[in-house]
Amino acid sequence: MTGTHRSHGHPIGKGAHLNALMAELMGKEDGICKGRGGSMHFADKSVGIITESAIVGGGIPLATGCAFSAKVRGVDQVTLCFFGDGAVNQGAFHESLNMASLWKLAVIYLCENNLYAFTTSLAQSHGQTDIALRAPGYGMPGLTVDGQDVSAVYEAVARAVNRARVGEGPTLIVAETYRFDDHSFRSSSRVLGYRSTEEVERHKRDRDPILLYRNVLLEEGENEENLIAIEDEVTDAVKQALQFALASPMPRPETLPDYMFKSSLPGQSFAAELERS
Amino acid sequence: MQTDVKKFAAKPGTHIEMTYFDALMQAQVEEMARDERVVLVGEDVAVYGGVKLLEQFGKNRIWNTPISEGSFTGMGIGAAINGLRPIVDLTVGSFLYLASDQIINQASKLRFMTGGQIDIPIVVRCCMYSVGSNAAQHADRPYPFFMNVPGLKIVSPTGAADIKGLMKSAIRDDDPVLIFEDNQLWTVRGNVPTDPDHIIPIGKADVKREGTDITLIAVAGAIRATMEAVDALSEEGISVEVIDPRTLKPLDHEAFKTSVAKTGRLLIVDNAHRVCNVGSEIAAVMAEEAFYLLKRPIVRLSAPDIHVPFSPALEMDFYPTKKRIMQASRQLL
Repeated sequence: MTGTHRSHGHPIGKGAHLNALMAELMGKEDGICKGRGGSMHFADKSVGIITESAIVGGGIPLATGCAFSAKVRGVDQVTLCFFGDGAVNQGAFHESLNMASLWKLAVIYLCENNLYAFTTSLAQSHGQTDIALRAPGYGMPGLTVDGQDVSAVYEAVARAVNRARVGEGPTLIVAETYRFDDHSFRSSSRVLGYRSTEEVERHKRDRDPILLYRNVLLEEGENEENLIAIEDEVTDAVKQALQFALASPMPRPETLPDYMFKSSLPGQSFAAELERS
Repeated sequence: MQTDVKKFAAKPGTHIEMTYFDALMQAQVEEMARDERVVLVGEDVAVYGGVKLLEQFGKNRIWNTPISEGSFTGMGIGAAINGLRPIVDLTVGSFLYLASDQIINQASKLRFMTGGQIDIPIVVRCCMYSVGSNAAQHADRPYPFFMNVPGLKIVSPTGAADIKGLMKSAIRDDDPVLIFEDNQLWTVRGNVPTDPDHIIPIGKADVKREGTDITLIAVAGAIRATMEAVDALSEEGISVEVIDPRTLKPLDHEAFKTSVAKTGRLLIVDNAHRVCNVGSEIAAVMAEEAFYLLKRPIVRLSAPDIHVPFSPALEMDFYPTKKRIMQASRQLL
């Protein structure tokens, strides 16, 4: 699996432990990436995530490569590649979809279309705003799902996984979603004015996937108390992770060069370099 | 030009004479036979130099790609993270710029950025062309560009035995390695060890000619004009010690200092453009760490800060020539 700078939820969805994720957010030694990645790079290999790229679209060729490896090695791995509507306009998207289709690679391209690439809307940046229509140009199916509907997303991805496993190749899935918060700490949409407060509030009120799914479960007869128990469990897990992260030490400055290389190099002295600078 | 002949004169049966290009291909064949995770990826690789490979290893190991340098390089990186050891052939050095985002932003950084969770055993190959009217978009020497990137290992062998041994090292290495070939060296012959584990370690320079008056560090393809000049200079009684860095990142500064301690004079010949090239880096480090060993200021020869021209009349003297190397050497004395 590959993610983006916004992929905080993806590792959690794949079962990553919250402690190491929270510690990474704080740049701590016990962070999942030892404080070398941070908020935009939440990769947890233990749950199959190889990278979360903050170069928009940068993970798409890597995901394609994971699927390519599975094909060469003859294993039934399927790769899930997350990216946003902005990445669709990068060359890497087009080059990668072409190769994946050409070689029938077992990869699912999952575009989380939240309508804005930072401040630039879909209409301002896409000659064809129906992103799923880009797929047929590369000889693969493209479909759009309601990204706020948990079951719809699950079903679409499950179908794509089955298709990939039987050797029919890649699928492009466009999940229509929305970014509730700002692009980053210093880029308030209220100040920048690229979307209205009313629009944001409407999505939060009517289109929150967790609230929507909660209602579905209740309608299907799930007990309210069970749901509250799950929510309490989640709150506790986050509290615990927070405590763990706060207690974790900062990385020691002399460990700066750690993890640069797997095979160390002759005559390379980072210590000397640090001393000099 | 046979830079390695003396070094590998050796017992019969242990070496075989072959060209630099054949040695490179042999390294790939041997490593692909040795390790099924090694695959070859690139444009037209199943045709150019790859026909034998295709016959031996089949289509599942040799992948002809669409013209998508950025993404097939990224695909190689993803495949390396997920269990393969790809050799990505970008053919012409200038095309490395197209793949540079994936090489720099992904391959060089991801091990560090994930706190060592992943390894990226990928080899990126390319060839640098010169003196063939290839013009500026097919004649780049992009190694200085990548030397400024942490997390990459960069090699530029000049002899047949060296390219075989360094290619094997690169393929067996668990980190990203860039290997820069030079088309001016493809036909150079040398004695190459037949040992399938003939390895030249990354990060070790080699003395190609011993001498006492001047230390001459020749980078990549510059070795050709250098050896011609050094032969002629020896007839004038000037003894030049020629060092081939072989690895550009990390540079073997100790080998340079050992030689400069003997000669006190340093000439660096690098066919890359003059600003911030390998010569600049070596000169800076020698000025910092070996200034007291120098009897004369360091001299650098390189291609000018001008694009490679098409016309043979303009390209003829574009790179440091035998004549210029001889003049610079005489002036150093």
